[in-house]
Amino acid sequence: MSEAVLDSGAEAPGKKGLVEDWSRDKQVFGVPWGKAMMWIFLLSDTFIFSCFLVGYMSVRTATTDPWPNPSEVFALQAFGFNVPLLLIAIMTFILITSSGTMALAVNMGYRKDRNKTFWLMLATALLGASFVGMQAFEWSKLISEGVRPWENPFGAAQFGSAFFMITGFHGMHVSAGVIYLLVVAFRVRNGYYEKRGYEIVEITGLYWHFVDLVWVFIFAFFYLW
Amino acid sequence: MAEEGQQHPLKIYWIMWLSLFVLSGMSYATDFMNDGALRQFLILTFMFLKAGGIVWIFMHMGWERLALKVAILGPPVAILVLIWLMSLEGTYIEDTRLEYYGESTFEPQEPVHH
Repeated sequence: MSEAVLDSGAEAPGKKGLVEDWSRDKQVFGVPWGKAMMWIFLLSDTFIFSCFLVGYMSVRTATTDPWPNPSEVFALQAFGFNVPLLLIAIMTFILITSSGTMALAVNMGYRKDRNKTFWLMLATALLGASFVGMQAFEWSKLISEGVRPWENPFGAAQFGSAFFMITGFHGMHVSAGVIYLLVVAFRVRNGYYEKRGYEIVEITGLYWHFVDLVWVFIFAFFYLW
Repeated sequence: MAEEGQQHPLKIYWIMWLSLFVLSGMSYATDFMNDGALRQFLILTFMFLKAGGIVWIFMHMGWERLALKVAILGPPVAILVLIWLMSLEGTYIEDTRLEYYGESTFEPQEPVHH
């Protein structure tokens, strides 16, 4: 089945070749080239987030000061009680809800149901935007309580730097994802992909699910541990 | 297959979605447990189940060719080595600090809720 197709000397040298090689649109591993590229990007992102989380683990291990108890630091007053991690739990459920709407959008995309794909992607983007909003609330609450990247009133100074770096980088990914989703959603509605095919919805979905995936690890290691 | 893209019965997504909600709920519930080995085990178990479900079903990795699975899921295994080294290093630094600076004198304040 695999006949080795070689570009007969088409490779240009130098800078032109660099651009051509990266934009060659060649299919590998039985997936559209864009999907393979997205997976490779996500792999590199995996290493970035791993470095953040491993760095957090080392400073938390190395400090002799007590580590602030996230269960108390992130508690919120609700109905007269102090509910631990309330906002974080809501954010987690929002992200999971958006993962579901995204998975359905991918499915509807391949059915060429443009209307449903558009609305599901729009819902995903709105859920993502509300997640970022809640994170902004969480940040301003902690900052008002005196949490800084170099100190905080509750314990080890490294808590602040780990918190702002990890959640900040994740929030940036969510924000970028919202923009990405909106761009693709409106193009879907306008019929931009009718001839090109709807793999793009799945590729956007990969990015979105990855953002949710990273949150699973942040939730477990930063907020629960 | 590649041209058609990943097309699966909707039922799989509904089941996965529901499981993610249940697993997240159980994950959150561990916060009400006493700290200890059991709690840490449960946190990790729910985390890996959720992560696996997202990658395998929602990101369709389970249906991809072995070459892609190996290319993407193989390299992150190296992170385990980094985790191992950094936990050794972290423990060493903590011991050194205790030896030279003594126990921490930090007095935490109660978190203020607004």
